[in-house]
Amino acid sequence: MAEPQNGVSSTDVKKIARLARLHVEDAQCGDIADDLNGILAWIEQLGEVDVDGVVPMTSAVAMTAPMRDDVVTTGGIRDLVLANAPKSEDGFFVVPRSVE
Amino acid sequence: MTDLTKLTLAGALGGMASGEFSSVELTDAHIDACEAASGLNAFITPTFDLAREQAKASDDRRVKGEVGRLEGAPLGMKDLFCTEDVKTTAASKILGDFKPPYESSVSANMKADGMVMLGKLNLDQFAMGSANETSCFGPVINPWRNDEDLVPGGSSGGSAAAVAADLCLGATATDTGGSIRQPAGFTGTVGIKPTYGRCSRYGIVAFASSLDQAGPIAKTVEDAAILLESMAGYDPKDSTSLNEPVPDWRAACGQSVKGLRVGVPREYTMDGMPKEIEKLWAEGVEWMRDAGAEIVDVSLPHTKYALPVYYVVAPAEASSNLARYDGMRYGMRVEGENLADTYERTRTEGFGDEVRRRIMIGTYVLSAGYYDAYYLRAQKVRTKIAADFRNAWETCDVLLTPTAPSAAFPVGRKINDPVQMYLNDVFTVTANLAGLPGISVPAALDGNGLPLGLQLIGKALDESTVFKAAGALEKAAGFTAKPSKWWS
Repeated sequence: MAEPQNGVSSTDVKKIARLARLHVEDAQCGDIADDLNGILAWIEQLGEVDVDGVVPMTSAVAMTAPMRDDVVTTGGIRDLVLANAPKSEDGFFVVPRSVE
Repeated sequence: MTDLTKLTLAGALGGMASGEFSSVELTDAHIDACEAASGLNAFITPTFDLAREQAKASDDRRVKGEVGRLEGAPLGMKDLFCTEDVKTTAASKILGDFKPPYESSVSANMKADGMVMLGKLNLDQFAMGSANETSCFGPVINPWRNDEDLVPGGSSGGSAAAVAADLCLGATATDTGGSIRQPAGFTGTVGIKPTYGRCSRYGIVAFASSLDQAGPIAKTVEDAAILLESMAGYDPKDSTSLNEPVPDWRAACGQSVKGLRVGVPREYTMDGMPKEIEKLWAEGVEWMRDAGAEIVDVSLPHTKYALPVYYVVAPAEASSNLARYDGMRYGMRVEGENLADTYERTRTEGFGDEVRRRIMIGTYVLSAGYYDAYYLRAQKVRTKIAADFRNAWETCDVLLTPTAPSAAFPVGRKINDPVQMYLNDVFTVTANLAGLPGISVPAALDGNGLPLGLQLIGKALDESTVFKAAGALEKAAGFTAKPSKWWS
């Protein structure tokens, strides 16, 4: 298990931002690191709790995932799906080039 | 004719049923009130023309004997619920002019019950905030004031302000860490977050899916019960929707609390909390005792860890949920040098500071090397918080606590310190983590003339007991104060 108390560096901020698909300028990284470290330092108190053998809670109520019939429910509405697109053409979304 | 905006929802439904006034008259009175209150900034998108059409259609239905549960009642909709063909923003820039081609299940239930929708209400951006100051449409101003503009709480600040100012007979809201109950407390209104799974999440813009739950903000406990009966119900479109019948909660509101065991959790206090709130809490205990309830001291030892757990779990889920905003299929797009750059510029310009902050925290706690130390540990502590409640239910039926550690505070005061702002939810967030129903009932005015609320938390699926206890608390408190109408 990694030790979190080392804190977030400016390099980490760049890495997290890239993972989160957010743009950060180099000049902002220090302030963002301070901000995150303030919050993470407060979260560190969770380390006081004995969680040996405790099962993680992943759902607010105990229930089994329901199954539904494997059928199309709301199909055949292409124009509605495209209605909010920033750019569309001939029934397709238009997106920036991803292969050079 | 009396001022129709002063009515409760129950009173208005009764008045229409007995033919004293029509939905059109009731709706027009509320539209006038909304137009005069633009300074409160409670609405992002008013839908007054739609409301007039719906009111007319409702009056026509009534003539034919078709009367739904909310027939003809002008209500507000938090702008986190997708509404067909009506702009839905989540108070963000990134959704742009998004007009959903579908209706959320909660608002669809209410439409089917005859609701008249006055408009889409302001909120914290993506419901992330406790003061309604993270909205990209500007803060909502609390109808209650103390020489200066105060926040209405958040994230459902527009809903709470609109109900408190008599702009609508009730409003929808959502609660991920306290976003229904804390603003209800700050505005002298009633707000209930039901058991997780009672209200469908289908069509509600997602923040933290294991915590998000819809509920109403209303003028009275009975009104909250009427609204929740319409909003709740099983929905196969939400895989976490509970397939349970919706009880007659309205009937529960007037029932006696004789013999009810009310737990008082000793951990629900914090440093710097005004003495007035401690005093009000003690008074609330006495009110319940006088009404015939048995008071039980209980301990919820992991309470202090609830907020830190929340600020791991909620941002983690948010970072995943908000990954969908990529500028490709809906909402705004900022063109960059290539696809990745377009994603990054769209998201950076489209999300506000607090949303970006939470996405960064969430991404960090889920990233390789930190997942176990933060996210997995937080989920384990969440298990212990839920277990605290299960232990408490062995000796009591409902818990009584303060709603929030302060009254409403001035606009702009706390926004620069995120951890201080997060403490607003210290008493409400536990119910979200454990999936339990919680209600805030207005109980008194503080020394500055601002409302304070008390909270009741119940067992899962036991809203009936929560409404019963809330009805007794409301009756004992006798809270009838209204803000002076300075805004019009």
